[in-house]
Amino acid sequence: MKWLKKTGRWINDRSGFSEMLKPLLDHPVPPGSKWAYVFGSATLFCFILQVATGIGLALLYQPSSDKAFQSLQYITYKATLGHTLRGIHYFGASGMIVMVGLHMMRTYITAAYKFPREMSWISGVVLLLLTISMGFTGQLLRWDNNGVWSAVVAAEQLGRVPLIGKSIARLLLGGDTLGGQSLSRFFSYHVFLFPALIFVFVGFHLWLVMRNGISEPPQAGRLIDPKTYRQWYHNMLRQNGVPFWPFAAWRDALFGSITIIAIVVLAVLFGPPALTKPPDPSIVFATPRPDWYLLWIYALFALMPAQIESYAMFFGPLLIFFLLFALPFISNKGERSPIKRPWSIVGSAFVVIVIISLLVIGNKAAWSPAFQTKSLTKTVIATKDTLALSGMTLFEQKACLYCHSINHEGGKVGPDLTHVANRLNEQQMIIRIVNGAKNMPAYGGSLSNNELNQLVAFLKTRK
Amino acid sequence: MNEQTNIDRRKFLERISLLAGAIPAAIVAVPIFSALLGPLLQRQRQTWRKVANLTDIAVGETKLITYVNADPLPWAGVTAKAAAWLRRESENNFVAFSAHCSHLGCPVRWEDKAQLFMCPCHGGAYYKDGSVAAGPPPKPLTKIEVRINKTDVEIKTAPVPITTITQ
Repeated sequence: MKWLKKTGRWINDRSGFSEMLKPLLDHPVPPGSKWAYVFGSATLFCFILQVATGIGLALLYQPSSDKAFQSLQYITYKATLGHTLRGIHYFGASGMIVMVGLHMMRTYITAAYKFPREMSWISGVVLLLLTISMGFTGQLLRWDNNGVWSAVVAAEQLGRVPLIGKSIARLLLGGDTLGGQSLSRFFSYHVFLFPALIFVFVGFHLWLVMRNGISEPPQAGRLIDPKTYRQWYHNMLRQNGVPFWPFAAWRDALFGSITIIAIVVLAVLFGPPALTKPPDPSIVFATPRPDWYLLWIYALFALMPAQIESYAMFFGPLLIFFLLFALPFISNKGERSPIKRPWSIVGSAFVVIVIISLLVIGNKAAWSPAFQTKSLTKTVIATKDTLALSGMTLFEQKACLYCHSINHEGGKVGPDLTHVANRLNEQQMIIRIVNGAKNMPAYGGSLSNNELNQLVAFLKTRK
Repeated sequence: MNEQTNIDRRKFLERISLLAGAIPAAIVAVPIFSALLGPLLQRQRQTWRKVANLTDIAVGETKLITYVNADPLPWAGVTAKAAAWLRRESENNFVAFSAHCSHLGCPVRWEDKAQLFMCPCHGGAYYKDGSVAAGPPPKPLTKIEVRINKTDVEIKTAPVPITTITQ
């Protein structure tokens, strides 16, 4: 033991580790910085988890357009604990995004972005952008059918950038089309470029925490005055500050630990997202869906009026990030307490409600045709009514069923037709079918008179 | 050495040190950025590919055709493949549509009985001539060049059609 201590002392003397770490550990923090302050460190712990599990996955992954899918199958089904490792990386990404969101919301609600911490907020917005980029490129690296189509969808969105859209889209795919060059690029971004930038900005973000100190819990009526704040903060810390380690750090450690354990438990229970078909862009029978954290954008694009959509795709993100970057310049002094800034709570609640609603709606994806429903099994027609019977078959064949439900079978794009005969008479039905409607194809060109009569006879039985 | 020369010397050394760093950085950046921006610097040529025999497809029929993109990299594997919908309008007239929906590029599928192309992503639908029938697509399906070469039907490979803000 004595020998061990001696070695420890020698290492410390020659390296200066305690000199380096002691000021970091002992730096005073404002009293009362409690559970609301754990989300930033939890994000960092998730990031470290992602780096570690990412290195693990990279040991097994083949970043090559033709082999990546096979290596994913290998990781998922053959490699020892590969399934769990992928699961942790997936839920780790989810955890990081959730924690980033909570951290940001706490900062906004308590106005911690005000003087002198404007730069913390700005670097935080950059980190948010990088985190989303990591989530997106990570989904592509799965390189199954969903991965390649997600790349195409992203290229289309970038295509909406005025003037240079086509070039940026081409840059994303690495050429005119998907191919050998595509995955190498996504791999380089996801594994080298973005993580390196995250390290740089996390370093900067943490340096700012040391330089400006963590924001004290706000108090109604205690205003921020840039002229006196630094001096006041300094005095407050001298009088009431507590050493970061362990009086504030224990909460970070505990919450971070619970977060990581929860991620591992979820990974073991649910596993990683299932692999779909091979990354062959000629397989057109695919149903591309983003991972849950991007599902709200997917929902937004389905619900938005088509006329404004191309503009929204470009100006929307631009406006959001402009406002985020502008926030500390719009107001950097005065009141910090959420009680005196009720709009911050209303605004945050609004964003949370909108995103959760869009996630729920996106998960249902009622705007997508129900291609899997091929026939009406619960609908019974009297056998003597041959006209209506053939109409029912047509209803299935002419893709009506993909968009309209009868007795809970079929799509939800158009109105439910279970009781359509109570709403529309024969003439009205014919007009709709032949001419279509705002969001329904006109079938006049593809139905014979006879077929139309059969279809209407069937719909007339729906009372 | 007087005070003024000392300041001049300091400025000179500062500048030369920064320049000493900047020059190699700039030189090395050129090939790195050319790797990053490569796709913009190199134009890919397109080529004609045989996708069907004349006898494969009847007048009025719409069929899925798959082909290999022009000049794929050796390690592209199945990602070099692409799909399109080929339609025989009349004896000697073919049209081909890119399989990419004009909304966000998802793969449209042909529903033969309904005579519609339908998109799985956001519910876009197109008529047999490629014009928009329903849903969010801002413009018709993109046409691909087709030609008849003796008994073969050939299409010209094409980039993934990108819809721009002005369409």
